[in-house]
Amino acid sequence: MAETATEKRNFTINFGPQHPAAHGVLRLVVELDGEVVERVDPHIGLLHRGTEKLIEHKTYLQAMPYFDRLDYVAPMNQEHAFCLAIEKLTGVEVPRRAQFIRVLYSEIGRLLSHLLNVTTQAMDVGALTPPLWGFEEREKLMVFYERASGSRMHAAYFRPGGVHQDLPPELLEDIGKFCETFPQVLDDIETLLTDNRIFKQRNADIGVVSQQDALEWGFSGVMVRGSGMKWDLRRAQPYEVYSELEFDIAIGKHGDCYDRYLVRMAEMRESVKIMRQCLDKMPKGPVMETSGKVAPPKRAEMKQSMEAMIHHFKLYTEGFHVPEGEVYCAVEAPKGEFGVYLISDGTNKPYRCKIKAPGFMHLQAMDYLNKGHMLADIAAIIGSLDVVFGEIDR
Amino acid sequence: MSKSLSDMQDYLLETLDTALTGSEISFGDLTLYAHAEQIVKILIFLRDDSQCRFETLIDICGVDNPGRQKRFDVVYHLLSMRENIRVRIKVKVEEGMAVPSVVDVYPAANWNEREAFDMYGILFSGHPDLRRILTDYGFEGHPLRKDFPLSGHVQCRYDEEQRRVVYEPVSLTQEFRNFDNLSPWEGAKYVAEQDADGEGG
Repeated sequence: MAETATEKRNFTINFGPQHPAAHGVLRLVVELDGEVVERVDPHIGLLHRGTEKLIEHKTYLQAMPYFDRLDYVAPMNQEHAFCLAIEKLTGVEVPRRAQFIRVLYSEIGRLLSHLLNVTTQAMDVGALTPPLWGFEEREKLMVFYERASGSRMHAAYFRPGGVHQDLPPELLEDIGKFCETFPQVLDDIETLLTDNRIFKQRNADIGVVSQQDALEWGFSGVMVRGSGMKWDLRRAQPYEVYSELEFDIAIGKHGDCYDRYLVRMAEMRESVKIMRQCLDKMPKGPVMETSGKVAPPKRAEMKQSMEAMIHHFKLYTEGFHVPEGEVYCAVEAPKGEFGVYLISDGTNKPYRCKIKAPGFMHLQAMDYLNKGHMLADIAAIIGSLDVVFGEIDR
Repeated sequence: MSKSLSDMQDYLLETLDTALTGSEISFGDLTLYAHAEQIVKILIFLRDDSQCRFETLIDICGVDNPGRQKRFDVVYHLLSMRENIRVRIKVKVEEGMAVPSVVDVYPAANWNEREAFDMYGILFSGHPDLRRILTDYGFEGHPLRKDFPLSGHVQCRYDEEQRRVVYEPVSLTQEFRNFDNLSPWEGAKYVAEQDADGEGG
C-alpha cells in the first residue's frame, strides 16, 4: 500500500481542439509529469478539406483559388508557388511589370503573416496591446489586397502568366505612403515587446532549435534563420525579380523563441524595403503574358474578333493544356519554404499536386521541442512555430 | 561553389551505380529512379556524402498510377543548402508491399510517411508509429487514390436524439457532375483509349 501511494503517475491532458493559443484547430495530447511536459502528440487533420484531391478534379485555373485557402494569413504567396510551377511546365514568360507586382504583393503577404504571428504570439504569453496595434496595420494591408483583387483575403490575383489586373496608380501611391508610416508602427510594437521583461522571460531560451535540429526536422524559413543559418530562397534560388532587389537576411543567434521573434521583426523591415524598391522600379507594360497560351484575350478584342471570343470560351471551359512532365517549385513564404510538386499528364487538369507546407514540418517537431519544458511554454512554442492549420491540414 | 545539375547527376550515377535504375534532368529538376529496397542506403549516402550534403528532407509523397503493376510511386524531395541543389528520388511500390521507412535517416520523414500511408495506403516497414494523420478518427479507405470518389463514402452530422455525431452514406441532393471539357478534336488520349476498348470488347 505504501508503495502505491508513492508511485509516480503521469498526467495526460487534452490541449484543444478549441484553444485560443492553438492558433486554429489543433489537438495536443500532452503527457505531464507535474508541470513538466514528457510527451506531446499533436492530432492534426481537423481542418482537412482534401485540397489535393479537389485540385486533381479541376482545371489548372480553377485549382488556383484553393491556394488562397491554405495559409489564409498570406494567401498570395501560396498562389505564387502554383503559378510558378505551371509557368515552368508551360514555358510561359511573365511580363516584368507583373513580376514586380507579384513581388510587391508577396511582401505584403509577408507583412500580413508576420504581423499576425508576432502579435498573437505576444498575446499567448500575456501581452494584449500588440495585437490591437498590429491588426490595425493588417487591416490596411487587406484593403490593398481588396483594391487589387476585389477580395480582402481570398484574392485569386496571381494567375499563370502574370496577375489578373493592373494596379491603378493611386493604389501604388497609397502603398508608398504606407511604407512611410509602417516602420514607425514597427518601432512602437518593438517598444512594447523587445525589452519587455515578461516577454523575454517567456521566450528567451524556450524552444531552442540548434542548426542540426533544424536540418533533421526539415525546417525552413524563420525556423532555420532563427538558428543562425543564412538560408532564404529569395536569395539562394531567386525567382521573379528578387535577384535585382536589395535586402538583408536577418538571422538569429540562439534559435529560441525570442530570436525568432527578432528575425520576424527584422524581416518586416526588409519587406518594407523591398516594397519601396518595387514601387520605384516598377515599369509600365502588360501584366499578363500576351501569347495567348494561358491568358484570355482582351475584352475589347473579344468584341471585334470571333477568334478571340472562341479563344476566351475555350480557356474558361476546357482550360489550357499543360505539357506532360513534373516539376517542384518553391517560394519563400512567410512561414518557410512553400512548395508545389506538380505532375501533369498533358491534359487540362493536374494529375497530382502535392503541396509542401512549411508548417507541417514545423509542427511535427512539437514533441521534440517541448520535451522537458513547462506546460505554459507550449503556448509560446506553438506561437513561435507560426502554424496555420489551413496549410497543415490541407 | 555549387555544382551544376548535370555534374551532380554524373557524380551520383557514378557513385551510387547499381542502386539507381535511372536518372533524368527535366524542367531544371534532377530526378533519380531507384529500387524501393535501396532507398535507405541511398538517402544515407545523399545526406552524408561530402559532395552532396542533402541534409534537408523537403517532402515525401505518394503518387497513384492505377494502370501499373507497381501501382504507387513514392517521391522523396531533398535539398542541399550547402550546394544549393535539389534532388528528387522516385521509387515504385506494389499495393500491399512496404517501402523501408527513412525515419532513422530523417526524423522529419515521420509525418510525411504517415501522410502517404493515410492518403494512399502505402506501407512503410520499420516506421515507429504508422497511424492515420489527416483523416478523421476511424476513417476507412485512402482518399487520394484515383479510384476513391471525390465525394467520399460517408457524411456525418450531429444527431439530436442520439446526442452524438453519426456517420451515414453520402447522399447528394444533386448528383455529382464531373465536367469533362477536354476537347476531342485535339487528339486527346482518352478518346483513343475508349475507341480501342470498344473495338476490343
